[in-house]
Amino acid sequence: MICCRDVSVHLGDRLVLDRLDVELQRGGWLSIVGPNGAGKSTLLRYMAGLVPGSGELHLDGRRAGTLGRRERAQLIAYVPQVPIIPDGARVLDYVLLGRTPHIRPLGVEGPRDIAAVHDALARLELVELAEREVASLSGGERQRVLIARALAQGSPLILLDEPTTALDVGHQQQVLELIDDLRRTAELTVVTTTHDLTLAGQYAERLVLLHQGRIVVDGRASDVLTEENLARYYDARVRVVDDGGRPVVIPVRAVPT
Amino acid sequence: MTVAAVTATRPEPALRAARLSPVWVAAGMAAVAAAALAGLVMGPVALSPVAVLRHVGGLRSSLEPQQAAIVDQIRLPRVVLGLLVGSTLSLCGASYQGVFRNPLADPYLLGAAAGAGLGVTIVIVGAAEGATTPALAPLAAFVGALVAVALAFVLGRAGGARSSTASLILAGVAVASFFTALQTYVQQRNQDTIRQVYSWILGRLSTAGWHEVLLLLPYAVFTWVVLLVHRRILDVLAVGDDEASTLGVHARRSRLIVIVVASLGTAAAVSVSGLIAFVGIIVPHTVRLLAGRSHRVVLPLSLMFGGAFLCLADLLARTLSSPAEIPIGVITAFFGAPFFILVLRSSSRAGRTT
Ligand SMILES: Nc1ncnc2c1ncn2[C@@H]1O[C@H](COP(=O)(O)OP(=O)(O)OP(=O)(O)O)[C@@H](O)[C@H]1O
Ligand SMILES: [Mg+2]
Repeated sequence: MICCRDVSVHLGDRLVLDRLDVELQRGGWLSIVGPNGAGKSTLLRYMAGLVPGSGELHLDGRRAGTLGRRERAQLIAYVPQVPIIPDGARVLDYVLLGRTPHIRPLGVEGPRDIAAVHDALARLELVELAEREVASLSGGERQRVLIARALAQGSPLILLDEPTTALDVGHQQQVLELIDDLRRTAELTVVTTTHDLTLAGQYAERLVLLHQGRIVVDGRASDVLTEENLARYYDARVRVVDDGGRPVVIPVRAVPT
Repeated sequence: MTVAAVTATRPEPALRAARLSPVWVAAGMAAVAAAALAGLVMGPVALSPVAVLRHVGGLRSSLEPQQAAIVDQIRLPRVVLGLLVGSTLSLCGASYQGVFRNPLADPYLLGAAAGAGLGVTIVIVGAAEGATTPALAPLAAFVGALVAVALAFVLGRAGGARSSTASLILAGVAVASFFTALQTYVQQRNQDTIRQVYSWILGRLSTAGWHEVLLLLPYAVFTWVVLLVHRRILDVLAVGDDEASTLGVHARRSRLIVIVVASLGTAAAVSVSGLIAFVGIIVPHTVRLLAGRSHRVVLPLSLMFGGAFLCLADLLARTLSSPAEIPIGVITAFFGAPFFILVLRSSSRAGRTT
């Protein structure tokens, strides 16, 4: 579904992504982890076509460079780490923005677009909030609205940059369950980034550990989330315990001597 | 609000995107019609509304030939000019505010006013010395405004490839200061024409027949059409260029089109009306507070209410201290600002602002 080959990205005169290879099949869930500044957001932005880079990017078997802006938008939906919410926008209108790639550039939405928005709102249990202003929602509700917009876009591939960072543990689970459910029922392919390693290991089928712009480990949660890897790349003291085949990451405090 | 509450309790609420409600369209059209009619019947010679309506509608009316001439040659062109200028300035203001995502952006943001001011000052001063004629003033204003905006663009771009709307605004501020300095210099060197210059700078809609209307009309219509078809795109741009671009919108290009066309419309409007302040800020903001913030609502309503507002302001300008005329820019500021404060207060009390 999405395939990066030998991708490098320079920002300013910094090499932010260094010769990455990533591939993800349709219906898969890839979680990108790595310390702050590792290049996670940049990788998503590259996939979304927002930063130029060298190397090849294929979307749905087609070279990304040959796709028009709208065609690309019909393939990929992207929710940034810090989205801009327009002043005074209501939930309904904000989610409707997701339909933009399906509406003629200078036209207005049709019944199919409204139906898609309705569907997205219903799936994310937002119908009650449709008339509320997005800015007035709680962090968890707002995150659902962002996902609803991406869902309304109807693209088979969804990129979510840190979708759970602002949420409490209950809402983190709720949002991740939701994404997983959408992945199964709507056959979406999902790429997320996160700092919550335990949750990443529980939900994503595959983890990629980025460090200083390079992929240092790529595999299943149990391969990536090891004490050794986390010590080495996160500079963190952690214990990793096995919970029914899923690794659980526990920070360990240095014992004062 | 109550409608929303009622529908929300049904299992399948009818979802309605933000769009212009027929009620607001009707209100806008009524405002335009009322302002135009007031502009036609009121003045030094009061005329009967019915007779004026019949006359304008091409029917036989009770107007005497002299009164008919007042309507045809003096009031009607002036009313139409007021509508055109007011609509254009307020639509351009609303578009600037959307495209720069800045509620304080006004149609003169990129130096159009200062450039037009310089152009007109040069022509007026030159006319006193026999080098130019005042008839060139609209052209000079138009050219001056476009030169200033173009300069702001060039300078804004000079900030490098990463030039943003912020650098464009800064360049506009710099260009405006520079042109204003030049204009002030030329103006002060020529004390004898200072009155004329000021009268232009404060704005006026004095017309000689249909000349100004015909001058402005093609630019106004072009501006309206282009900006109005971008109303939904402006809503998309509100989420920022990156996200707009992942939604399939060519953000930079759309921004550029809107900025260039709004600047063109502004230049054309000030070339016939002088610098009328406040319309481009107050009308869109009032609309936003009362009718909603989507550009699909704000742009068309700004167009209608902007025209009506300026038409009424002009009526006050020419009747308040008749036979003398008060500069219309003074009227728009004097009545517009308090009205705006009123709307702001009452709508924040209603909890509509955030
Ligand atoms: N426009 C830019 N110019 C130069 N460097 C940049 C630019 N944008 C990002 N960087 C740098 O690229 C690196 C990767 O940034 P990125 O935002 O991808 O990190 P991240 O892994 O998402 O971090 P976080 O977990 O904090 O969100 C950082 O060191 C950042 O400073
Ligand atoms: Mg990031």
